[in-house]
Amino acid sequence: MTLSVCNLKRLSLGPLDIEVASGDIVALTGPSGTGKSLLLRAIADLDPNEGEFSLGGVERATMSAPAWRQQVMYVPAHSGWWADKVEPHFEGATRGQVIDTLHRLGLESTALGWDVAHLSTGERQRLSFARAVVLGPKILMLDEPTSGLDADNGAKMESIITQYALDGLGVLFVTHDAAQAARLGTRLIQLQDGQLTEVSS
Amino acid sequence: MTAVYIQLSYFDLIIVSSFLLLAGGLSIGLKLGLEKSLGIAALRTVVQLVLIGLVLKILFQTVSLGWTALAAFVMMALAGREAMARQTLKLRGGWSLGIATTSLILAGSIVTTLALTTAIRPEPWYDPRFAIPLLGMVLGNTLNGVAVGMDRLGATLKREKDAVEARLALGHLRVDAVRPYVREAMRAGLMHIINAMSAAGLISLPGMMTGQILAGVDPTEAVKYQILIMFLIAGSTSLGALMAVLAMSKRLGDDRDRLRLDRFSELR
Repeated sequence: MTLSVCNLKRLSLGPLDIEVASGDIVALTGPSGTGKSLLLRAIADLDPNEGEFSLGGVERATMSAPAWRQQVMYVPAHSGWWADKVEPHFEGATRGQVIDTLHRLGLESTALGWDVAHLSTGERQRLSFARAVVLGPKILMLDEPTSGLDADNGAKMESIITQYALDGLGVLFVTHDAAQAARLGTRLIQLQDGQLTEVSS
Repeated sequence: MTAVYIQLSYFDLIIVSSFLLLAGGLSIGLKLGLEKSLGIAALRTVVQLVLIGLVLKILFQTVSLGWTALAAFVMMALAGREAMARQTLKLRGGWSLGIATTSLILAGSIVTTLALTTAIRPEPWYDPRFAIPLLGMVLGNTLNGVAVGMDRLGATLKREKDAVEARLALGHLRVDAVRPYVREAMRAGLMHIINAMSAAGLISLPGMMTGQILAGVDPTEAVKYQILIMFLIAGSTSLGALMAVLAMSKRLGDDRDRLRLDRFSELR
């Protein structure tokens, strides 16, 4: 299943094209302030934008925005939480799926009872990743998935992302870290002056 | 009902104004710097009330549907402006003013008209002696509910932007994502009227009832009117705040289930 974006335009971005296929891990780099996050938000249709978007040949315009976002899912750098405990944030998935996902990410099911206010940065990163993947998106767009993590937790997160990609998830992630882009990405693209360049394939 | 209505002379008002002068003197003596605003506010009270007294006198003598409707419309427009005056976040393109004014006009006129035609039934139903004071009471309180509700919704959605967008990104519907904040804004908007109804008679004697009692009306009769007014105010405040908060929440979203905080004008 391939995410295909053509002629995306949003403020100073584009027009630009981008493709992400199942199993891809596309690293998006570029100077800060060039709109890498804006690009992900535009693909997720969280901001007004223009362009032709499709997933597996189905146009974004033919489906509701929530239906699109369930398949082309955006995980922001700063995760938002709307309840006091962790569990309500997994709304829409069965308890079995949630627990399997947590185990896969090295978390115990007791994490569901934790207070959001007491989560560490690493726990927040992993749980916000977990609540996204548990819903079974086809494409996952991660904004700085290891920001605020120490080297150890960062490496854990990278190996989790790789595992999910091996299972067929398409990943597009933003990073400011060139070494991480090279290490984790199967493709590298760079955003500069509103335009994308494919660095290597 | 044998109580006497004691007519106030202008001299009586001058006597009580000595308390105001005392407050002004204290402000100067203690260098509080409040004497100017106190003086201006007192002057505004006198001028505004004297003017409205004259207007009401003329209005009450003529008993015309057209003039009453005009007065009502001016009151509702002013209330809309007032509701916007202290909003911290305003929608671009006059939407905040439009939403506040429309909610006030709808809630205020529906509730007041219904009360006039069913419960109070003056002859004719639009008799300004009933319609204008009633509308004034209803609007004054509805204005509060609308202003507080809209202000709270804007502030909360701005503060909880990450939480709302986290839900949107996971594919939740916008109405689900903003519902807790709509509810919170409604609660804030209705708080003062719920408090007023709970405290009525125990902690505070409502102003209208106090006025009627001072004017010689039997307390049990004054109470009936006060209850009527309280219910009208509660109904209109709920209706107005609900319309305003829902309309504002709709304006802060769009048909692609986005949160559109960009529709706020630039923050001051």
